Amino acid sequence: MAHGHNSNEKVVYVGDTRVKKGKGFQTPPDYTSFPGKSEAFIPNFLLKEWMVGCVVLVGFLVWTIAEPPPLGYPADPTNAAFIPMPDWYFLFLYQFLKYPYVSQDYVLLGTMGIPAIMFGALLLAPFLDTGKERRFYRRPIASSLMLVTLAACVYLTVVSWDHYQHMLEKNGQIPEHHEREERVREAIEEGKPRPNFMKKAAAVIEPDDPAATIAQEAQCLGCHAADLSGSAGPALIGVGARLSKEEIAETITHGRNNGAMPAYEGQLSTEEIDQLATWLSKQTQE
Amino acid sequence: MFKNVYNWIDERLDITPLWRDVADHEVPEHVNPAHHFSAFVYCFGGLTFFITVIQILSGMFLTMYYVPDIINAYASVDFLQHQVAFGQIVRGMHHFGASLVIVMMFLHTLRVFFTGSYKAPREMNWVVGMLIFFIMLGLGFTGYLLPWDNKAYYATKVGVEIAASVPYIGSYIADFLYGGDIVGAQTLTRFFAIHVFFLPGALIAMLAAHFLMIRRQGISGPL
Repeated sequence: MAHGHNSNEKVVYVGDTRVKKGKGFQTPPDYTSFPGKSEAFIPNFLLKEWMVGCVVLVGFLVWTIAEPPPLGYPADPTNAAFIPMPDWYFLFLYQFLKYPYVSQDYVLLGTMGIPAIMFGALLLAPFLDTGKERRFYRRPIASSLMLVTLAACVYLTVVSWDHYQHMLEKNGQIPEHHEREERVREAIEEGKPRPNFMKKAAAVIEPDDPAATIAQEAQCLGCHAADLSGSAGPALIGVGARLSKEEIAETITHGRNNGAMPAYEGQLSTEEIDQLATWLSKQTQE
Repeated sequence: MFKNVYNWIDERLDITPLWRDVADHEVPEHVNPAHHFSAFVYCFGGLTFFITVIQILSGMFLTMYYVPDIINAYASVDFLQHQVAFGQIVRGMHHFGASLVIVMMFLHTLRVFFTGSYKAPREMNWVVGMLIFFIMLGLGFTGYLLPWDNKAYYATKVGVEIAASVPYIGSYIADFLYGGDIVGAQTLTRFFAIHVFFLPGALIAMLAAHFLMIRRQGISGPL
């Protein structure tokens, strides 16, 4: 070794390189300097760690078997009734941006201002909190800022989730992945094949029926779409398989869902409603 | 037999110091839950890594069936979940594991914060850890679109619209993520590439730096 570790030499190199050995590195404390009973990482500690890991893994597997991962209906860009919802760990930000002074005219403050300050402070925490003290109760400013932020994030997440549940209830919707699971389960129980959700909606039956003109003139198609596949309102394809003619006539006459489906009593004559209901009850597509 | 093969390689490459440096260190009493149960808070980092490994493995298996285009994406997810043997478990591990990673990482961050372990000389490791946090959030955001159901579609739409409201660069961010004017075919392939290649690459590099720094600096002492 040309450059050994002879302390008489002026310059000490690292190994066989030309890298000069520096003096600045703060060597971490030797483990003999820690009090108490330390143990070897391999194999003693790692074996115990693996046992805990196995228990976690088995628990996780049981969870994935018991709870199928959610899957809704295929993405439909024309679906106006769907309530957008990010994954749960983004909800705090999503809810935050709904408040005045951080949205609309002030959206800059909401997207850039406050989140940039918060995430920036978190990123640079070691350079903001430079004291030597490590115990949290001796660092009241850093600790209380973190606790307040935590509480705020939890609060925003809960409010956002509550709002979502409320919206679902108000619109009379259930989350699509629940609905889909339920439909599959029912089909299987009835001995039918699994429904194919990729299938295009079936065509309208008797599209030349005079009732089709009534539907257009009464603005039904504004919500239920020209091909009756639904947009703001539900699809009417297959409605005849779900509802009787009388039930359809009742819905047209008196509306549904607090006027989400308006009442047409007075706007359409009883004969027209009867014609419409007759035509719709023929829409028995699968 | 194994010993001979190992010795043969070791004579030529001297690999023993490489792994002994990683393997041969002591676990001090104050972080060992076997001695102080409250030390379980020191396990969250390891659990984050454990779940991350599960995410990488389950994700690799998912790409055997997943097709990143707007016609087939949904059908392929439906197929791999309901028709492929153990598909529900693999997709379930990837789906719920994503949440679990966030939870574990969150708890790990809080532990490091409240024990003041980010203080000198470990500032850089905290910064790298925060970068890992942001990468994980990015993985969550891009992965959410891939099943191509309504939830995925509209969450991405809203997310990109929020990003687009950033002044000056907002429209560039939106262009970059959308690859067009709407959430569409280009968006899906982009998100797939980002989710499967770009971010995991960055993640692995950052994890390597994170672990290297821990070995270099040792664990922070008892409070």
